[in-house]
Amino acid sequence: MSAGAPARGSPWRAFAPAATGLGTLIGFLLVAELLIRIGVINRFIVPPPSEVIESFGRVIVEEHVPRRFLLTLSECLTAGVMITVFGVAGGVTMHRYKLLQQAIETWVAALAAAPVVLAYPLFMVIFGRSAWTIIMIGFVAALPPVMLKTLEGLAGTRKVLVNVGKSFNLTQNQQFWKILFPAALPTIFVGVRLGLIFALINIVGVEFLINYGGLGQLINDLAERYDLPGTYAAITFVILVSVVFFMALEKVERWLRPVD
Amino acid sequence: MSSSSPPRIAGAILTVDDVTVRFETPEGPVIAADDVSFTVKDGEFLSIIGPSGCGKSTVFNVIGGLLTHHEGTVRVAGETINGPHQSIGMVFQEESTFPWRTVTANVAFPLELTGMPKQKRIERARYFIKMVGLDGFENRYPGELSGGMRQRVSLARTLASEPKILLMDEPFAALDEQTRLLLGDKVLQIQQQLRQTTLLITHNITEAVQMSDRILVMTYRPGKVKRIVDIDLPRPRTSEIVGSEAFGRYVAQIWNDLREEASRGLRDEEAHVLHHEAASS
Repeated sequence: MSAGAPARGSPWRAFAPAATGLGTLIGFLLVAELLIRIGVINRFIVPPPSEVIESFGRVIVEEHVPRRFLLTLSECLTAGVMITVFGVAGGVTMHRYKLLQQAIETWVAALAAAPVVLAYPLFMVIFGRSAWTIIMIGFVAALPPVMLKTLEGLAGTRKVLVNVGKSFNLTQNQQFWKILFPAALPTIFVGVRLGLIFALINIVGVEFLINYGGLGQLINDLAERYDLPGTYAAITFVILVSVVFFMALEKVERWLRPVD
Repeated sequence: MSSSSPPRIAGAILTVDDVTVRFETPEGPVIAADDVSFTVKDGEFLSIIGPSGCGKSTVFNVIGGLLTHHEGTVRVAGETINGPHQSIGMVFQEESTFPWRTVTANVAFPLELTGMPKQKRIERARYFIKMVGLDGFENRYPGELSGGMRQRVSLARTLASEPKILLMDEPFAALDEQTRLLLGDKVLQIQQQLRQTTLLITHNITEAVQMSDRILVMTYRPGKVKRIVDIDLPRPRTSEIVGSEAFGRYVAQIWNDLREEASRGLRDEEAHVLHHEAASS
């Protein structure tokens, strides 16, 4: 090893990926700022990043971002609880009854690819212009990945583990709770994580479309007022929320999967 | 020293009587095991050896109760069984520890099913963990252990259920030869300590001779009992015995029996491949 090379396990090695990622983002923002300032990109379509950053404080205080954030978050959590309960139960039922699985698996997969958000007028007729319209669209859009991943996890349980259960004479209930379900849990959690992300995207989208509720409505409001730095600040805020949400879910998933 | 038909031993703990298993395949019915009969005495170590495809694992599944569509009977201490039975503990060829449980929780699994209080089952699990030489790894997850250590966890978990008969299907097949020999020592030591009746399914002659009191040699498809060989080597044994002259004689004798069967299996496989190639061209 040369004298000047960083030692194995030095702090630089640990932080290099994060620092490179952050550096790339800052570099991108600087390039965007430059291109906007020299007129290559029209500033009436994309505001300079510096103005967006400046407007953060104003948007948070004047537009009641914390309250809106809590509203969007509560909609996401409600939809999240619903997709977990109904999605996992749906996947388990499909696994339990093969005929049902054969009958509806394709439909569920098709629903996963369908732009459910376009059906928002129907949901508004049923639930009115309320948080329930938003929650239910998030729920319907996010249900298929949870069902399909639950099914995949249960069906993918290694046969030898099932045979271990049989060799210990487990009842069907014990076989499910002590072997199938824990074996499938990491895959189920991938489904829940995907579902929550689907739900978040749809919830913010519907808030924007029906101009009701939390962060989605804020983006709509600011765009209609032609407050471009504010609009982009709100969009950035939603992206940050998604990133934090995603990272938190990843942590929980790692906790659920102790060692690979 | 050897006989051409399986002897019926009075007071046998396991009796396998005329077991025949047929499978339907796209190429027609296949007889995986044909009139297989043998007995295992209390405390005995019996190995079943045969070439790939001779139906060893089918016999394992029948005795373990995982395969119930068979002719003939399996009796444990006189009781006919047709399904998994608490008297039989199974160790599988594939890695079968529960990755979401620690070593202790894996080994305590069968004790949990009996409703044993937590503290007591942890103590009991630690006893078996120590027996297989994994003390110090109680709180590790299987993902942190080597293949040989994981198989020892599986063995300890099965032993914790205190079966009358330990049934093992090539438990060390995926391990390297040195680890296999050393784990063979460990199994021998445990078997002698517990006086555990053991039935080992294997295709490894060295492993079979190293551990067994008797070796049942099976023919290639349809799997029949070709011969049962008594292994008259001194006990307690360790892997050091593989260097002895008597050991070498037993290995040569069994290989002699197996060579013909293994060659038949090889020819059959080659014919199968050629048949498929001809059919697809």
